[in-house]
Amino acid sequence: MTRFNAQGVWAIYTFELARFRRTLLTGLLTPVITTSLYFVVFGSAIGSRMTEVGGVPYGAFIIPGLIMLSMFTESIFNASFGIYMPKWSGTIYELLSAPISSTETVLAYVGAAATKSTLLGLVILATSTLFVRIEIAHPVAMLAFMLLIAVTFSLFGFIIGIWAKSFEQLQIIPLLVVTPMTFLGGAFYSIDMLPPAWRTVTLFNPVIYLISGFRWTFFGTADVGFAVSLAATIGFAALCLVVIAWMFRTGYRLKS
Amino acid sequence: MSLAVSITDLTKTYASGHVALKPVTLDIAKGEIFALLGPNGAGKTTLISIVCGLVTPSGGKVTVEGHDIARQYRAARTAIGLVPQELHTDSFETVLATVSFSRGLFGKPRNPALIEQLLRDLSLWDKRDAKIQELSGGMKRRVMIAKALSHEPQILFLDEPTAGVDVELRRDMWALVRRLRDTGVTIVLTTHYIEEAEEMADRVGIISKGELILVEDKAALMTKLGRKTLTLSLAEPLGDIPAALAAWPLTLHDDGHALQYEFDATADHNDVSALLRALDAAGIGFKDLNTAQSSLEDIFVSLVHDRKDAA
Repeated sequence: MTRFNAQGVWAIYTFELARFRRTLLTGLLTPVITTSLYFVVFGSAIGSRMTEVGGVPYGAFIIPGLIMLSMFTESIFNASFGIYMPKWSGTIYELLSAPISSTETVLAYVGAAATKSTLLGLVILATSTLFVRIEIAHPVAMLAFMLLIAVTFSLFGFIIGIWAKSFEQLQIIPLLVVTPMTFLGGAFYSIDMLPPAWRTVTLFNPVIYLISGFRWTFFGTADVGFAVSLAATIGFAALCLVVIAWMFRTGYRLKS
Repeated sequence: MSLAVSITDLTKTYASGHVALKPVTLDIAKGEIFALLGPNGAGKTTLISIVCGLVTPSGGKVTVEGHDIARQYRAARTAIGLVPQELHTDSFETVLATVSFSRGLFGKPRNPALIEQLLRDLSLWDKRDAKIQELSGGMKRRVMIAKALSHEPQILFLDEPTAGVDVELRRDMWALVRRLRDTGVTIVLTTHYIEEAEEMADRVGIISKGELILVEDKAALMTKLGRKTLTLSLAEPLGDIPAALAAWPLTLHDDGHALQYEFDATADHNDVSALLRALDAAGIGFKDLNTAQSSLEDIFVSLVHDRKDAA
C-alpha cells in the first residue's frame, strides 16, 4: 500500500485551521490594529514629510513591506507552533505512529500555516485600502508571490518548530532575526535612500529581495529585479525543504 | 502459525549510549493477548515504540501483519493502534473531534456510526462535545483508547494500561480487551504487575535490562512465578531438621532459629496446614510466622541466573 494518505493530510490541515478558528478574533484583529498603527505612525506622521519614494506615494510604498512583515512573522509562528505543540504536549506520538509520510506531514502543516498567513496578508491589504488608494500593477503575480512567501516562511517555521525545545526558542528566531532583518530590509524605505556603503551591506540581507520583489508586483518598479527576487525566494524555499528532508530522515528532535 | 508481529534480532542503543534492547527476537500470534512483563526501565516501552514507529531501531527487523515496519510502514502502521503510557491529549479539542481526527490521520474515510459505537462502548458518548481538558484522568485515558481504536486496528498496543487507573476503568478496559480479542484483534500490553499479566494474557514475555528472558504460556509461567516462602521463627533453636518432618523440603536458617518452607501458592492444595500440624505433633513451637512472595525483581534475578547456568 503506497497510496497517498489524503485523509491524513486533510485531517491535519483541518485540525490546524480549527485551531486558527478558535483564535480567529485575536488572530485577525491583532494584525489589523498593528497595520493601522503603522499607517498612523509611518504613513501619516512620516509620510506627510516625505511624499514620494521613486514616484510612489509613501503611504502606498510601505504597504508591500507591511504585508511582508506580518506574513513572515505569522507564517513562521503558525507553522512552528503547529508542529511544536504536539511535541510539547506529547500528542506527536500519534503523528509518528500514523501511516503518513514526511511529505504528507509537511504538506498538511505547511499548507495550513500558509493558508492562514495568505488570508492574513489579504486582510492587511484590505485594511490598508482604508488608509490609502492603491492600484496593483500585477495582481496575479502579487497573489502568486504572496502564496510563495507564505509557503516559504511556513517551511522555515516548520524547521524552527522541530528545532525548538522550549516556547522561548520558538520565539527567538522571529524576534531576534526575522523582524530586525525585515525592518532593515527596506520595508519602510527604498535602499536608494541609504548611503552607498550601507546600500552594499543591505544587499546581503536576503529580505531585501523578498520585499523588493513583492513591491514590484504592486508598482512595477523595485530596488532589485523581480527575477532575482523570485530566484532568492525559491532558493530559500528549496534550502528549507532540504533541511526538513534531513530532519525527517534522521528523526532530528522527533524520534530517538 | 499466522503472525501479528515478528521481531528478529531487534536492538536499540540510544544516542546517550544507553543500551535499551539487546538483540530481541519475538513472535506474537494473531488473535492472542500477549503481555510484556518487566520492571521499569527494562525496555518494554522501547520495544513497542519501535514496532509502532516512535523510535528508530539500531538493528534488526520487525514485521507487522507481514509488512516490514520500515519499507512498508503505511501498511504496518495502518494495522496498529497504540495507547501510550502517558496521557497525551489535545486539551482544546472535543472528544468527538479528536477521535474522528485519529481515524482520518490513519487514512480511513469518515464513519460517524463506528465512532459513535466506540464512544458508547467506552462510556464517552455523553462527553462527546466536552473539551478534553475538562475531563478527569480516567476519562482522558478512555479518549486515548478510543483514538487508538478509531481506525479499526488489527493489533492494539497498550503501554502500562492500568498505571494510575481506577478500578472501574480497569474492569471496563479488560472487558473491552476481551471483546476485541473475540473479534480477532491481537493485543500486546506491557505491565510490571505479575497479577495483571496473570489476569489478562495468553502468553507472557519477561524482559529485563533489554533482554527477553523467557516467553511462555501464562499457565506454565504462573507455576514458576507463584512460589512463596513460609518462614517460622522457632521458640527453641533446632540443631537439624527432625525425621518427622522429612516429608517437607525444609531448610534451617539463622543458627536454627528459623525454619523455611517453599511452596507453590497457585496449587489447589498445598501442604502448609499439614506441616503446621506435624510441627505441633513434634512439639516444635514457633513465635511468629510469615509468608512472602518473591518480588518480580527476585524472580528476574533467578531467571537470569538459571539461564546463565543452563548456558
